[in-house]
Amino acid sequence: MNETLGVVVIVAALAAAAWCAIAAARNRPPDLSHVISVAVVELAALVLTVVAIVAMIGGERPGEAGTFVGYLITFLGLPPVAVGLARMEPTRWGSVILLVACLVMPVLVVRLQQLWEATGA
Amino acid sequence: MRERVNSGPGRVLIVVYGIFALSAGARAVVQMATKFSEAPGAYLLSAFAAAIYLVATIALVRGGPGGRRLAFVCCSIELAGVLAVGTASLLASSAFPDDTVWSGFGKGYGFVPLVLPIIGLYWLRRTARGSGARATRNVDDLAGHE
Repeated sequence: MNETLGVVVIVAALAAAAWCAIAAARNRPPDLSHVISVAVVELAALVLTVVAIVAMIGGERPGEAGTFVGYLITFLGLPPVAVGLARMEPTRWGSVILLVACLVMPVLVVRLQQLWEATGA
Repeated sequence: MRERVNSGPGRVLIVVYGIFALSAGARAVVQMATKFSEAPGAYLLSAFAAAIYLVATIALVRGGPGGRRLAFVCCSIELAGVLAVGTASLLASSAFPDDTVWSGFGKGYGFVPLVLPIIGLYWLRRTARGSGARATRNVDDLAGHE
């Protein structure tokens, strides 16, 4: 799996997490800027997913392909779901929801990379 | 400030529980489908933990007296489970050939499995005071209670 893209997702997610943490600390609901920061994370995640799928079509296979795809789906689904839930919670806790999601994204990147490297090939 | 069990901080709790239900559940399903015979005990335990997280998520979303009671039971089982399995995995690691969510007190998941039920129980307790007697709460505060 493309390591540079993984780093891009992690950096974007941590930056978005920090931005949302500031909002939460200031007792603010998430505004458009926070949604955009999460959208950037989603965009980076999407690019990583496309590259991974292209590599898989090209013949590279992670050891546990099923688990890998499951993680990919979670990875892509988490930011939109978090934004949806945060919109239902227009308080500081909405910002915390985005913060939590942005902190989970780097964990998912690391898991995806571990699964990808465990090819056993 | 609204003190409903499924809004405010409660919604953050629901998100975290949902993530755990999904990750523990998916992991258990894959493990049981691909290599169940390697460590049936550990995988059944993972599946059980996942089920508890799922029920807790649903209970928190529903709220109300029934949802609260169910969530309380789930959080209690989780806390007992993570403490029991955490201790057991330290004392007799050979009994756990493969990790579960609760092994090592949830070490593999950043100890969130240990902290989550405590926060859940605390939140249920706090909203219990807030929900039934929100109007009298201010009076209590004025009277110097709490």
